[in-house]
Amino acid sequence: MSPPLLAAEGLTRRFVLQRSALGRPTAIVKAVDGVSFTLRAGETLALVGESGSGKSTVGRLVLRLIEPTAGRIVFAGRDLSRLRAAELRAFRRNAQLVFQDPYASLNPRMTVGDILAEPIALHAMVPPARRRERVAELLDMVGLDPRFAGRYPHEFSGGQRQRIAIARALAVEPKLVVCDEPVSSLDVSIRSQVLNLLQDLRARLGLAYLFISHDLAVVKHLADRVAVMNFGRIVETADADALFAAPRHPYTRALLSAIPVPQPRARRDRMILAGDMPSALEPPAGCHFHPRCPFAVERCRIERPALVDDGAGHAAACHRWTELPAVGAVAEAGRASPALDRLIAAFAQADVRPGAGADTVATERIAGAPVLR
Amino acid sequence: MSAAPLLDIRDLRVVFRGDNGGFTHAVDTVDLTVAHGTTLGLVGESGCGKSVTSLAIMGLLPRATTEISGQVRFAGIDLLALPDRALRDLRGDRLAMVFQEPMTSLNPSYTIGEQIIEAVVRHRGVSRREARGHAIDMLRRVKIPAAERRIDDYPHRLSGGMRQRAMIAIALSCDPELLIADEPTTALDVTIQAQILDLLRELKASTLSAIVLITHDLGVVAEICEEVAVMYAGEIVERAPIAGIFARPGHPYTVGLIGSIPRLDRRTDRLASVPGRVPNMTGLPRGCRFAPRCPFAGDMCVSAPPPLVKIGEGHWTRCVRAPIEELVS
Repeated sequence: MSPPLLAAEGLTRRFVLQRSALGRPTAIVKAVDGVSFTLRAGETLALVGESGSGKSTVGRLVLRLIEPTAGRIVFAGRDLSRLRAAELRAFRRNAQLVFQDPYASLNPRMTVGDILAEPIALHAMVPPARRRERVAELLDMVGLDPRFAGRYPHEFSGGQRQRIAIARALAVEPKLVVCDEPVSSLDVSIRSQVLNLLQDLRARLGLAYLFISHDLAVVKHLADRVAVMNFGRIVETADADALFAAPRHPYTRALLSAIPVPQPRARRDRMILAGDMPSALEPPAGCHFHPRCPFAVERCRIERPALVDDGAGHAAACHRWTELPAVGAVAEAGRASPALDRLIAAFAQADVRPGAGADTVATERIAGAPVLR
Repeated sequence: MSAAPLLDIRDLRVVFRGDNGGFTHAVDTVDLTVAHGTTLGLVGESGCGKSVTSLAIMGLLPRATTEISGQVRFAGIDLLALPDRALRDLRGDRLAMVFQEPMTSLNPSYTIGEQIIEAVVRHRGVSRREARGHAIDMLRRVKIPAAERRIDDYPHRLSGGMRQRAMIAIALSCDPELLIADEPTTALDVTIQAQILDLLRELKASTLSAIVLITHDLGVVAEICEEVAVMYAGEIVERAPIAGIFARPGHPYTVGLIGSIPRLDRRTDRLASVPGRVPNMTGLPRGCRFAPRCPFAGDMCVSAPPPLVKIGEGHWTRCVRAPIEELVS
């Protein structure tokens, strides 16, 4: 097998929240606590967890936007902390980020063309004379009309802005894109457009995604591998299919069973967690999940479970998972409705495909339909 | 169960007057009924008018810039014709609301307890001492642990899920008959969302008469609603019992919404998506408002606004091409 594109080894990051008068830290949060994973070229790894689980911090560490307290990140065989300035620049070109909020991540005073041209110029991706052409290509690639290059971000809807943010990330032809909740702020129908786009671009450009999300349904749709995080630690990691078919860690099971399924009376083994998430300032001893875990025993309160791989790439950090009853946390397909499937297929065909040319974008014009009531 | 519905909305229209003399038809000819004992899901994407509908019911829209017409009958009382004072007596008493963002809808400078006591004293005329006892009971009912201590906490001391419970406790403190919950779980993590949905389900079984749940999430609807109304561009485009809408959706927009959701129980290579976006409410198409985005749209769709047609028991759709499943068979 080829060496991984990205490897995180024992990644740890502490944040000091409060210091005493003498500058000694008095409140420390371990946002990321010994996280290790690998990501191959063209692969999608999803980091999943609730708010405060440390998944976004991992994304930032991986891009070296913040420095780890301990552990290291290896990108294409090189330790990130030892890169010289020029090498770091090359790394920045190869690893890009798409943020959650497309309203905050685009400069409101720059036109879309300038937003896309800036990284192209910075990394000298194409000769200056070809920049405009490249901007047009990028817009077309994400399913936007190249004529929009002269417009400002506020003239676009949330979904379109997220397309612009994706185009900006792709402008420098990266190998890795960290997507931090890229569809969480979008409406359902727009969300599926952006998910389809991410999928198409991955297939076309051979991108690797580190996909950070709290939404397991979205993750199942997109990810090859999944790592579930709780309190800064990975508690379970596996191939997506294996994880969804037979989740091992009670936290993964709870997350899965908590997702509302768009099907009335879906049969499933519900597992509703009691209580709130404990404070990150004082994480519980032993397994961080034990206060909310219905299966916790004395050992879980004392001893931190190690993340043990079963040899087939499925690892869980739980003392008891082998004793737990097997679950089908996911609802059964139930009565399939062939008519509904056919109706949905009609929509899938009407989908805007990237690179299909400007005509498909006509339906997504800024102005409302021209006819007045 | 009485024959007359608890909430009966007829031909509700809400028009906002803009600064530049423009009009926005946020809600248009909405008819809705909510019977005793039901949970109605009001579904749609941002800007479709679902929150405005709920604010109109509650009488919470700014009078100066809003024109509301039609009829909103709650337990036989016409809410739109009610004087302010009488409406204030109803609101928080027989009619209550929970908002999406508990941090901005709770008053940060009063304790949770004070905010419940305020409502109880205002509507029940009991002493503060009695009201405090009642407030603790309420917090227990929404399963806030150590309620007798939590009652004196300020909102910022509570987590998101706890705040939403506190909001629900305030809303339920006077035993309302109708609860309108506007995206009550959208800001919460999934595990906490599951707890809150469970709580709503339980409360409806015990104390509440009916719930109107406003959400963009069809999954949430499938979990706790008996009936659904789908809104698009200010109109109700489909109305159905819960089983009907998922087995046999009658409106193409509903199909698009259902198809947009990634499924946990099967592998789909490609999600369906509704092309385009919600129309600008100041310049709506003359015919069907969804026609520009609809894969089934034909000439008859753009000429005149479609009426609601019945396609099953309690199942209505605003689509001239209904039943749409025949279009793909």
